[in-house]
Amino acid sequence: MKRILVLMLLLANFSGANIVLAAQIDAFVFETPEQEKIFHKLSGELRCLVCQNQAISDSNAGLASDLRVEIHGMLLAGKTEDEIVTFMVERYGDYVLYRPPFKPMTWLLWFGPFLAFAAGVFYVKRIVREQNAGDVVGDLSEAEIERMSNLQSEAEALHGKGGKNKNDDNKGRSKQGEVPK
Amino acid sequence: MPLMVFALLVVLLAIGLTLNPRLVPSPLVGKPVPEFELPLLGEEGTFSHHDLKGRVTLLNVWASWCYACRLEHETVTQLSRSGLRIIGLNYKDKTQDAQAWLQQFGNPYRVVVEDADGRVGIDWGVYGAPETFLIDRDGIIRHKVIGPLSDEKNYNSLMRAINEMPGAKE
Repeated sequence: MKRILVLMLLLANFSGANIVLAAQIDAFVFETPEQEKIFHKLSGELRCLVCQNQAISDSNAGLASDLRVEIHGMLLAGKTEDEIVTFMVERYGDYVLYRPPFKPMTWLLWFGPFLAFAAGVFYVKRIVREQNAGDVVGDLSEAEIERMSNLQSEAEALHGKGGKNKNDDNKGRSKQGEVPK
Repeated sequence: MPLMVFALLVVLLAIGLTLNPRLVPSPLVGKPVPEFELPLLGEEGTFSHHDLKGRVTLLNVWASWCYACRLEHETVTQLSRSGLRIIGLNYKDKTQDAQAWLQQFGNPYRVVVEDADGRVGIDWGVYGAPETFLIDRDGIIRHKVIGPLSDEKNYNSLMRAINEMPGAKE
């Protein structure tokens, strides 16, 4: 147990050292807190093209760190957030943006989920309507309804008797626990 | 109806599977080359975007550390022999390593420029080597190939783009 504890402490130490190391590599100094905020926002929102499923901020790829340096330099040079995003898109295309822009090319992307949802609602509604169409009670005349309830009570009366008779005739069945109808 | 929707989905996903997510279309195609001025590899002097104009040119981004660059080297050499002007952009490399590489495998480039820190690469939207740009006489980028030219698909796409332009091989 003690050994494990020591090992864990050692590991914790190691990872701590790594964090310090990483911080040293990326020790960007900013003139204003605003710049730092934009830096973190942008490096989290821009895609690293080499690794593709990481943002520039999470990637250790060479290009990602180059782009971090680039963003930092542009911020210090007084560039705005929009200017930096435009700079990236001009070079790497919309693909660098994790948040795709809203334009005719991407309409399907933005509206697609809603379209799919609307199609689903439409489809379910149709199925439900088709199933309801089997219930024709609403279309019966008063006379028909009366006749139907008469038939029903007749059937119930018959059923009750018939059931008893059947039970008497066929005891084997009721032994099996089946209630004949 | 559900079967049809399912079939449509299968077709869509099948197309999606055959696409290569690493191929990001360059927004630079159809635009003038980015401005740059870089030192020549191991020589005095510089080369700039102005020097790209006047002739159809290939700009090939390569590095000695890049395995796929080695794969396409023979194809690049053949293209160079066929009379196409090819400029090598040595991307994030060490001068000595680059020189040794050219010494060992042969130099297919008319001019080699050094982009040691990759700063010019960013302006060209480079995100890996090799990448190859086809540039027309007016300095407009006409086509971009990502990955080795030895790959048949890449090679054919480049050839198609070259054939669409007059005066490529003179």
